[in-house]
This record gives sequence, structure tokens and C-alpha cells, in this order.
Amino acid sequence: MRFLRSRFLQAVIVLVVAFCVFRFGIRPPAPWSVIKLYMAVVALAVLVHISSDSDSWRDFLRPIRDTLTRPERRFVRAVLVVLIPVLLGYYAYSVAAARPEAPPQLRAIHPAPPPSLSFRGKEMNLQGLENPLRKDQASLARHAAAGGAIYIQNCFYCHGDNLDGKGHFAPAFNPPPANFEDPGTIAQLPEAYLFWRIAKGGPGLPRESTPWDSAMPAWEDRLTEEQIWQVIVYVYEATGQRPRRWQEH
Amino acid sequence: MKRHWRFARAWAGIMLLTAVALAVLLGAPVEAQDAAKEPAYRAFPLLGSRLAVWVIAQLHLDFAAFILGVPMFAVIIEIIGWKNRDARYDWLAHEFIKLVFAAFSATALFGALLLFVFIGFYPKFFAFMTNIFHTTYWIYALLFFGETFTIYLYYYGWDWLSGSRKWIHVTLGVLANIFGTAILFIADAWLTFMTSPAGIAETGALKGSVWAAVDNATWMPINVHRLIANIVFGGTIAAAYAAFRFLGAKTDEERARYDWMGYVGNFVAISAFIVLPFAGYWLGREIYAFDQTMGITMMGGFMSWLWIIQATLIGVLFIGSNYYLWLGMERIPGSERYRKYVPYMLIILAVGFMVWATPRSLIVTLEEARAMGGTHHPILGIFGVMSAKNTAVNLMILTTFLSYVLYRRANRLSIKPWVMAGMAVQWGAFFVAAAIVLFYGVYGYFVESIVRIGFSVYQVLAVLGAIALVMTIDIPMFRGARSTGEIRWGTIAPRSQYVLILLAVTFTWLMGLMGFARSGIRQHWHVYGVLRDTSVDAVTPALGYAANVITLVTAVFLALVMFIFWLGGLAEKGGTAHAPVPAPHIAGGSGEAH
Repeated sequence: MRFLRSRFLQAVIVLVVAFCVFRFGIRPPAPWSVIKLYMAVVALAVLVHISSDSDSWRDFLRPIRDTLTRPERRFVRAVLVVLIPVLLGYYAYSVAAARPEAPPQLRAIHPAPPPSLSFRGKEMNLQGLENPLRKDQASLARHAAAGGAIYIQNCFYCHGDNLDGKGHFAPAFNPPPANFEDPGTIAQLPEAYLFWRIAKGGPGLPRESTPWDSAMPAWEDRLTEEQIWQVIVYVYEATGQRPRRWQEH
Repeated sequence: MKRHWRFARAWAGIMLLTAVALAVLLGAPVEAQDAAKEPAYRAFPLLGSRLAVWVIAQLHLDFAAFILGVPMFAVIIEIIGWKNRDARYDWLAHEFIKLVFAAFSATALFGALLLFVFIGFYPKFFAFMTNIFHTTYWIYALLFFGETFTIYLYYYGWDWLSGSRKWIHVTLGVLANIFGTAILFIADAWLTFMTSPAGIAETGALKGSVWAAVDNATWMPINVHRLIANIVFGGTIAAAYAAFRFLGAKTDEERARYDWMGYVGNFVAISAFIVLPFAGYWLGREIYAFDQTMGITMMGGFMSWLWIIQATLIGVLFIGSNYYLWLGMERIPGSERYRKYVPYMLIILAVGFMVWATPRSLIVTLEEARAMGGTHHPILGIFGVMSAKNTAVNLMILTTFLSYVLYRRANRLSIKPWVMAGMAVQWGAFFVAAAIVLFYGVYGYFVESIVRIGFSVYQVLAVLGAIALVMTIDIPMFRGARSTGEIRWGTIAPRSQYVLILLAVTFTWLMGLMGFARSGIRQHWHVYGVLRDTSVDAVTPALGYAANVITLVTAVFLALVMFIFWLGGLAEKGGTAHAPVPAPHIAGGSGEAH
């Protein structure tokens, strides 16, 4: 087992184990973009660890130097001279080759809302806008129930009856509909933001970060202002999330 | 005689630039009156106005950050040398100021150039700003005079104001810092007003005094953020200079001297860097509170990918800084006993790096999205929100501080009878702080966002409290400690010096990128919500384009810095340099000074 003391081999083992953990230990599988990022960090950490001590660094470099210089390793050297460019070439090909599906996109997770919007001719300033239905706490349960009915009639086909973005139509969409159970969606946003998204939908997305891929309809023509606020109350009540409150500065 | 000539030439150059700038400022109100007749924009040849103003502003900012940051710690180092009667500190402070002095003219030059570009190519915008801030222009110019005068006297009077007159010299250094900080605060008022305008009517005219426009929502957060960042930047650039000199050193003595200088520069940078994320978080929070659109554009909108790049670069800074300390421990006899902690600290840093760099919105193919059941991964998604990021960065800060504590005591054994109790309290402080950070990090997932934002304050206070407590115990505990051997300055592995250079490059790049984020969130507004950008450049650049421009600016800045440092080094070749002092041989941090 003396060979296991080789720093070079230890580094290779750590990298292989880390790769296996990231590739097979995370379920559902992590996207390749994340695996590459994590592997880069692990490789950096391994190099830092090995080279933070000069004896260890020399030990790590020894097999590399021997392979490059010693005559008896000519065969290994020749194999590597062929193998490394072939692997790099294959990698370059696999990245550049055209595929039947669209390449992954850098999505902007939360499009920036406008300062104000026009809803059925009424100007609404989004900054500081509160859900008016929350003023009357006694009627909030009634509004939530009404919002639930509106949700089932209009929204659940895509966003799902569990509000997790897994409605009947969801598999047809890329990107999939928003998952309201996720702590990174509605829990991060004030209710005014949701009002804007529901009212204006995909067609009302801002110009930056275009082209947008959103099948979300604009509900402005089909739901009243109160109905939109009601459905907002419902999604927060049903998921147990709380809307972001406006911050004083 | 030669020295006087150089002084006269440099002074004349600075005064000329100041005079030109003042002349322009004098003409500014007239320009403002005629603004209605002027075109709103003119096109800068070849580059376009936006690119021209961007490049010049960034170069000015890079130089200004350097010349404002270095004097802060140079004066402190000088005071340490003065109080301890240690000529090596005096040499080091002088060496740092020499760098500032060399970069001073370049800062003024790019500042004047920036002013010309604004007046020439953005006349309407400049007239608008002048109508509001013209009072501050005068104060700025006067402060610039004060800064120039004191920094020149400070540099050239180094030998003259020594001995019994040293207090005058130190006072000049402090005064230069006060002038510099005041200049920074005024310039910050202009740029923060563009992001979070205040004190003006809908017509754009001032409602009351100019103070209301100065004291806008993001002014103080930017002041604090930049003040700290300038020290980090100054430290990294000075350390990179020392690394450059170390690598080219011909003698062991020279190598030892620049090894020490690099260490001090890096120490200054790390010390300030530890609190920088807190100031940045405060700034981000104020931007969000001022305007939701800007806040979301910055954190969740199209700028959000910049934060992944930022996380990567800051991860490099954290790991690089620690790596340098670990490599430095090799030259400290007795440090072997601490090597066993390195793998654990590295694991915390690497995991923290991964958590911080995990994007909220993953780059996924359709196939991967289907396998995950959406664009959010149920496990990795947990790392994408601020609770996880704040926890990661606070633990990385604690770990970096631990690295420094171990480095500091590497060649010393405390002889105090209460050493065991002291160390137990220190370790307890680390664990309690880590536990608080973790607790609020996890608890943050179960509360509403406004409460979660407040948790970051508790995390920060826990970390800062631990740092304060550990150092309060550490300093008396190791006073008069038994030495296990002196630091062998100059024997550090050369690769450590490349790390110092890497840190300087990374920090310069980071400043440019995050400056773009701060400025870009205004989108198509010169002054957000007040003065619209109607030029042909009223498009926020794509991230790739912005990254290319910033990379180019970083390369140009570093090339100019090298050139200026080379110019500064010519004096040494002529034999007129500050008197050399013996190479340092004391332990880093052994003196109470480091």
C-alpha cells in the first residue's frame, strides 16, 4: 500500500471520489454546469493543499517530472502525448457539436419590474404597493378561499394543485412553470411583484434579458384587480410562504 | 539638486492639472446656462462616448482607490515605527508612500480627462449635475489642493521632518488621509445621487440645500464600502509590487525586505477584506430598499450572473490569502504544530466557495430540467439563496481569521499561567460564532424574507465579536512569549509571490465588475428616475461585453501601474533612494505591531 502515499495518486483519488459524489451522490442529478463548477473548486483546493507544503509539492511533482524526463517512461510519455490531445479534442467536439435540443440559457430568475404599471387604465406605482385585501384581516380567509377558486379555474393547469409547478401542462414548457413551494420564488418577493407578473404575464416582461421564454398569459383582461389580489393571498396562504415586506431605509 | 528638480517638475505638473480642472469648473455654470442651446450628446471618435467615459472613469477609480487606500495604513505603520523606534517600519511606510506618490499624477490626469469627457460629450448631463452640485465642486477643488500639498510635503519632508519633528510628519500623514477621505465622500455624493437621487423637485432643481442631495440613500453605504475596499486594494497592489521586487531581487537582504513588505501589504488587505462583505451587503440592502426595480435587477435580474463571477473571484481571494499565509508558515520555525489544521480550514473554504458560487438559477438543458422536475434543484436550490450565501461567507471569514491567528503565534509559545484558559475561551469564541452563523443560516429558511435579512446582522455581529474577543485575549497572552525561532524572511516559496500578484489582479478585476453592476442597474437613466439617457448608448451592455471591457481596463491599469512603479524605481538606480535599512528578522506579528 506504499503507493497510496504518493501525493499525486492521493490527488487523483480525491478528484475521482469528489466527481463520483457530485455525479452520483446528488439526487435528482446535478446539472453538468454545477458539477464542473464544483470540480474546479475541488481541483483548486487539492492543488492548494498539496503545494502549501514544499515537501508535499515536490512529492506531487516527482511522478510528473519523471514521466516527462526519464528514458524508461518513454512509452507512457508517448501514450500521454497522443491521449491528452485526443481527450481535449473530444471535449471540444462534444461542447461545440450541434444537438437536437436548444442549448442551455442563462436565465434571469426574477425579471426587474417597472416602477409603475397601467392596469385597465389605472396607474399603479409598484414601489411600496401593498395588497389592499390585507387591511381587513377579518375577511382574509374569505379572500383566500375566493383566490383558491380562481387558482383552480385558471392557474393549476400549469402551476399544479400542490403549487409546485407540476401542473398537467408543465411538461410541455421550457422553462417549467414557477414552483411557489420553492423558498426562492414568491417568498423572496413582495406581493406587488406578483401582481405585476400575473397582470402582465409573459407579454409584459421587460426588454432586458430578452428573448424571454414564458407561456404565462397576461391576466389583466380576464381577472379584476381584486381577483388578482385574492389569488395572491391564496398562493401565500396555501404554501405557507410569507411575502417580502417593504423595507425602510 | 536633482531631487529638487524632480520635485519642481512633479509639483508643476500637478498644479497645471489642478488649474485646468479649476478653469473648467469655473466655466461650468456658464456651460449650464447655455445648456439648452447645446446638443445633449456628442460622439467620442471611434470608441463612442459611453465606452470612453467608462474606461477613463474606471482607470481614474483604480488609481484613486490606490492613492487613497495606501496612505491610511502607511501612516499607521509609520506611527508604529516612530513609537517603537524601529527604522524598518519607517522604511516600509516610506516605501508604500513612494508607490502612492508615483501614482498620484496618473490619478489627477485621469480625473481631469474624465471631467473633459463629461463636459465635451455629455454636456446636458453635466449641466444637470452642475446645477445641483456646483457648491461641492469648489469644496472638492480646495480639498484637492490640500491633499496635493500635504502629500507632497509628507513625501519630500520625510527626512527633513524626522527626529524631534516626526510628530509634524505624522500629522501631515493624518491630514492627507482626512483630505483624501473627504474627497472620496464628495465624489461618492455625485455618483450615489445618480443611483438614488434625493433632495430635488420633479423638474430636477434642488428643493433645499445641496446636503439633501449629498445625503442620499446610498451615499453612506458607498462611503464605507469604498473606504474599506480602498485599503484592501492598496494592500493588494502594494503586496504585488513587493512580490515583483522579491522575484527580481538579487540579494538575500533585498529578498527578505520585500518578503516582509509583501506580507504586511497582504496582512493589511486581508484585515480590511474580512469586513468588506458586510459593507457590501449593507449597500445592496439600501439599493433594494430605495427601489425594488434596481434591487431585483441587481440580485435576481440580468445582473444576477455577475454575482456568480463575483463569488468565484472572492473565493479565489479567500483561498489565495489563506494559501499565502500557509506558505508563509514554512519560513516560521515552530509552525509545524499548526499544519494539521490546514486541511480542515481548506475544506471549510472549499465548501463555502461551492455554496457561494452555486447559482440560484441553474444553467440546465431541458433534459436536466425534466430530471430535476423544474429549473430549481431541490437540494442545490437550497444553496442559491442569501441564507446559504451569508452563512458560507461568514464561515470563510472566520476560517481566514483562524489562519491569521495561527500564523501570528506560529513561532511563539505563551508563558502566561492562564494560557490554557485563554485558549479555551478563544476556541469557544470560534465555535460559538460558527454555531450562531449556522443557526441563523438554517433558521433563515423558515422565516419571512424581511426577518431573514435581519439575521445577517446577527451573523456579522457574531463573527466580529469573536474576532474582537480572540484578539483581546491573544495580544496579552503572547506578549513576552518564548520564541521558537525567528522568521526566515526571504525564504518563502516563490510561488507565494505569484499568489500576491494574482490577488492584486483579481481584486482589480472584481472592482471593475462590481462597479459595472452598481452603475448598470440604473439601466437607461443617467440619474435614476429623473434624467433619462437618450443617447445612442442608452443600452445596458451584455455581461460578456462588459466583462471584456473590464478585463481590458484591468490589463491597462496594471500595465500603467508597472510603468509608474518602474519610473519610481529609477530613483533607486540613481542612488537617491530613501536610506536602506537592515532586513527585517523579527516574527510577523511578533511585535505587537503586525
